[in-house]
Amino acid sequence: MSKAAPARGKFGRRLVLALPYAWLVLFFLAPFALVLKVSLSQSALGQPPYEPVFDSLDPADIWAKLSALSLSAYAGLIDDSLYLQSYLDSLAIAAAATFLTLLIAYPLALAIARSPARWRPLLLMAAIAPFWTSSLIRVYAWIMILKDEGLINHALIALGLIKEPLHIFATNWAVLIGIVYSYLPFMMLPLYAAIENQDKALIEAAADLGASASGVFWRITFPLSLPGVIAGALMVFIPAVGEFVIPDLLGGSDTLMIGTTLWNDFFANRDWPAAAAAAVALLALLVVPLVFYERLQMRAGGDRP
Amino acid sequence: MKQPRTPARLIALSAGFAFLYAPIALVVLYSFNASRLVTVWGGWSTHWYVALFANKQLMASAVTSLEVALASGAIATVLGALAGLALERFGRFRSRGLFAAMIYAPLVLPEVIMGLALLLFFVALGLERGFATLIIAHSTLSLGFVSIIVRARLAGLDQSLEEAARDLGAGPLTAFIKVTLPLIAPVVATGFLLAVTLSLDDLILASFNSGPGSTTLPMRIYSEVRLGVTPQINAMSTLLIAFVGVSLLLAALAGGRGQNQAAPQAADLKQQ
Repeated sequence: MSKAAPARGKFGRRLVLALPYAWLVLFFLAPFALVLKVSLSQSALGQPPYEPVFDSLDPADIWAKLSALSLSAYAGLIDDSLYLQSYLDSLAIAAAATFLTLLIAYPLALAIARSPARWRPLLLMAAIAPFWTSSLIRVYAWIMILKDEGLINHALIALGLIKEPLHIFATNWAVLIGIVYSYLPFMMLPLYAAIENQDKALIEAAADLGASASGVFWRITFPLSLPGVIAGALMVFIPAVGEFVIPDLLGGSDTLMIGTTLWNDFFANRDWPAAAAAAVALLALLVVPLVFYERLQMRAGGDRP
Repeated sequence: MKQPRTPARLIALSAGFAFLYAPIALVVLYSFNASRLVTVWGGWSTHWYVALFANKQLMASAVTSLEVALASGAIATVLGALAGLALERFGRFRSRGLFAAMIYAPLVLPEVIMGLALLLFFVALGLERGFATLIIAHSTLSLGFVSIIVRARLAGLDQSLEEAARDLGAGPLTAFIKVTLPLIAPVVATGFLLAVTLSLDDLILASFNSGPGSTTLPMRIYSEVRLGVTPQINAMSTLLIAFVGVSLLLAALAGGRGQNQAAPQAADLKQQ
């Protein structure tokens, strides 16, 4: 082989890597640096509505700007009990929703994994298909179902089970239902993979040795599926903490989630530094689960961390 | 092997699928309800569809959404496939960790963070918000999904096929185009479909990054839904669901009778 080929190969490889790399640095990494910067500036009237920092490379100027760096947006976060409350509520709602999603997704994943092999791909596809439809529409469907004059209340009253409509819509319960429904596939897939991969001989051996069905489940199936449980939980929990659409459409006025708070700061109050500070704080809240998640992905991809 | 506890399995399956599909079925059903009210069945009617097609604003935003989805889908597919290739085939390279982190993070990162970050970036650059910024935002969101699907498929491929091509004198580019690309083509197509779907679905990045002339369909639906349930939205939703259903079916058929082609994420997770 000529010498030119490897050289060309090397160039080709560089190009393959450079394109997505450059794109991500430009449109993913740089914007995040900017969020940090804006969160450290003071809100101002105008366009853009914040006092710029670090816009010049003149050292004297940078020094002047450094001393003008403002933590006021962050101080605002701490002072405002609304923010603190929405952080705590976001965490609590996301954690509860993750647990509920696990409770619902696990039996389904288990049932699919234990179905005859030729049915499994079809069942799995059917379980994921709703995820391909618009998430906005799926949340909207639940408004129709849960409203005071919605389908559930209508059906329950018609059946004579209740006299007054249940107030589920515009409460945190509705938000929980919405998150569970929207994120079910994210939990299902890793669970299914973790259960399906198990060696069936272990279950047979345990049953032969006299373990009951629940004994087999709690001592073999469930422990072996833990990596799937963790992966699924992270894939639900992380985005759920910052969820906007679901609390906004299904939640009530007392539902405080950080995604909606950030949104309102930005769109309604036009306080960009406050929104940016909220974003940074949300990110800080998610750093630990995000690092876990990244490591899991790397390992799943066959890398050693 | 004997399938144990069949009744429990069937109960779990039917309950699970009822939960998954009932809300969607209701939206479709009520799009044909002559009555405006959810609680009253006024007989079958298609007049919400007629009203929908007469709704110029909604139709215009549907066109916008489709254009943005196709453009960002194409960009995300190319970049995502390249990224998947780099991650799977290039072994270790410097700052690979950062690269992988940037690929995987957008998959779970709350979209409000990404939306705000990109907006501040575009404002700092002095870019007018509109089509271009929307396409950039959606491409960035989707390319990670594409790269994961492509990467998993590459991991499952027998690398000796490429090596054989190289041994027989094919350059790396030729080997890629003649051997690797045909093998990963179905997942690349699925990746494109996924990227298009993500873009059509996105409300948050669009709200932060679109301009006055580029209102997308989800933005329009969102503002209508906030005002309450309207049958026109049911009709719109039904059309979108039908669109997704047909696309999935086509993808399944295009993937042939291969194993799990229509559920690539699942296949990927299994392989890993």
